[in-house]
Amino acid sequence: MGRIKAKPEVCMGCHLCEVWCAVAHSKSKHIIKAFLYEEDKPLPRLVVEEKLPLTFALQCRHCAEPDCVTACISGALSKDPETGRVVHDPNQCVGCYSCVLTCPYGSIFINPRKREIIKCDLCAGLDTFYCVSHCPNEALVYEDC
Amino acid sequence: MSNMGDYDYLIIGNSAGAVGCIEGLRSVDKNGTVALVAEEDYHVYSRALIPYYLGGQITRDKLYYRSLDFYDRARVSVINGHRAVKIDSTVRVVELDNGSRLGYGKLLLATGGKPIYPPIPGLDKQNVFSFHSMSDVLGIEKELAAVQSAVVLGGGVIGLMAAEVLHKRGINVHVLELAERLLAPVVDATTSHLVEGALQKAGVTLYLKNTIDQVHGTERVESVTLKDGRNIPCDLLIVGVGVAPRVELAQGTDMEVNRGIVVDKRMQTAVPGIFACGDCASTYNFVTGAGQNLPLWPNAYLGGRIAGFNMAGMERAFVQGTAMNAMHFFDVNIINAGINVTGANSRDALGVIQEYEKDTQTYRKFILSEEGHIKGFILVGQIARAGIFLNLMRRKIDVRAFQQDLFKKDFGYADLPEALRWKLLQDDVILGVV
Ligand SMILES: Cc1cc2nc3c(=O)[nH]c(=O)nc-3n(C[C@H](O)[C@H](O)[C@H](O)COP(=O)(O)OP(=O)(O)OC[C@H]3O[C@@H](n4cnc5c(N)ncnc54)[C@H](O)[C@@H]3O)c2cc1C
Ligand code: SF4
Ligand code: SF4
Repeated sequence: MGRIKAKPEVCMGCHLCEVWCAVAHSKSKHIIKAFLYEEDKPLPRLVVEEKLPLTFALQCRHCAEPDCVTACISGALSKDPETGRVVHDPNQCVGCYSCVLTCPYGSIFINPRKREIIKCDLCAGLDTFYCVSHCPNEALVYEDC
Repeated sequence: MSNMGDYDYLIIGNSAGAVGCIEGLRSVDKNGTVALVAEEDYHVYSRALIPYYLGGQITRDKLYYRSLDFYDRARVSVINGHRAVKIDSTVRVVELDNGSRLGYGKLLLATGGKPIYPPIPGLDKQNVFSFHSMSDVLGIEKELAAVQSAVVLGGGVIGLMAAEVLHKRGINVHVLELAERLLAPVVDATTSHLVEGALQKAGVTLYLKNTIDQVHGTERVESVTLKDGRNIPCDLLIVGVGVAPRVELAQGTDMEVNRGIVVDKRMQTAVPGIFACGDCASTYNFVTGAGQNLPLWPNAYLGGRIAGFNMAGMERAFVQGTAMNAMHFFDVNIINAGINVTGANSRDALGVIQEYEKDTQTYRKFILSEEGHIKGFILVGQIARAGIFLNLMRRKIDVRAFQQDLFKKDFGYADLPEALRWKLLQDDVILGVV
């Protein structure tokens, strides 16, 4: 199982990881088309925490014993025993926000336009981790552990 | 009678606690034999989804909490449609309602709760339901098309969820609550009033400090007379006044019952080899330090999971449970956890900090101990990243140095003092510099 590691000492708070995370989860995967033309404006699944000059990006830790999965009333959240990813099935989710209540890192995000949550899926199905590969300062690193 | 078999692990009940147990014990013991006894004749479903189903938000197949092949993949023998009626712990045998007997090595009671019916004559009529089980769902569903006016007895979480669903189905809804405000045991008065406002705005009629005096009708309820003499015609009556732990199996045994079946932090009862979890149990509340009924989904699942680990020989403690709710009524989102301090029960050693913003209808309140530990919180309107507060509460962090920041809209780990921030993040978050 892996997760994405932040390096606050080199993070400059440009928020590009948020932008590219949103793109990664858009239909077109195109930075301009996604924000301009897509009906569901893509949203990021990580947050750049800021207390200037400190900035660092924080996303789901894909916890060994995930509290979000424990709390999920519908079975929409689960931990994939093979990959270790904590995955969310939007078809099963009812938007009760029990996972928002329990994730210790605040890594479950609410889509304000719908009763829906979104979370990091470690760019499932994509060939790179978008936040990692698009960070101009290499402040994010994927680490197998 | 016949002995149906001996199992290493036997589970009574088929819901959150049972699934937590199976998933916990199977991650430790792949080979032990497991059987589960379920009185309801359905694949494992989530009763917390009942409002979403009856509200038309999800289809029937989405009520299932795990896929249909869950038990096969977990190699669990399911005995559906039968109730366990007796435990003989001296020979480690459980007897079912058809007389058959099951031997066990370790036993889990995950029998949940049973809706309470107040002693009002007439609540046994055909169009009276609780809001708890699949049979309620099927019964209510049959009635729905013809219902114009419904009475919901109880203004707690379940009653209000029922009220919202019925309202959305175009029904005139009347909520009766004995206390002077809604959700009184769960949240404080400010939050109650915000919820009352949302329900009233939507057109749900509230009757506070009121209840049913008389139920009218022969086979079916036709109307009810309230304590204050008013009369409400209705074609559906939902009883949502609470749930009592199902402790039948523990009665007459050496298990201790204090409302729920008393367990230690490992989820074991006073009888060795017998564990209990979920709504039927009295479990450890990490905020109060007391044993208590904590009838909520996360507590049931995790309590079951911890029981499963311990049953399979891996010692683990359940220290994450407390009262915790994520609720929404119409457009009001609420998250709360821990102690609910209202005017009446605030203790001297506890401080309260709160902020209410009228324009946006957002409200935040934190209950702090003398040492600055969060003992409870309520968030209304703005609930993003609420789990961070639960984590601060779990880890008994002194928040006094940054307590004003708790009200920040985007409060996060960046707002914590540096040493504390990296300490909290280092367990699960691998950071570059620590
Ligand atoms: C409408 C509704 C909405 C809810 N929403 C939420 C929510 O949003 N968030 C939240 O945290 N919680 C919610 N809850 C509470 C949550 O559903 C319960 O805490 C949870 O279901 C408890 O799980 P459990 O495993 O302890 O038992 P239960 O779910 O009560 O299941 C126990 C099972 O055991 C069976 N059983 C009992 N005795 C026997 C026996 N002797 N033999 C065989 N079988 C037996 C019962 O038939 C039942 O199927 C809600 C509850 C309801 C009713
Ligand atoms: S969403 Fe939160 S609780 Fe769930 S796996 Fe990620 S970090 Fe852990
Ligand atoms: S919001 Fe969805 S994923 Fe989160 S706990 Fe509720 S049902 Fe599960």
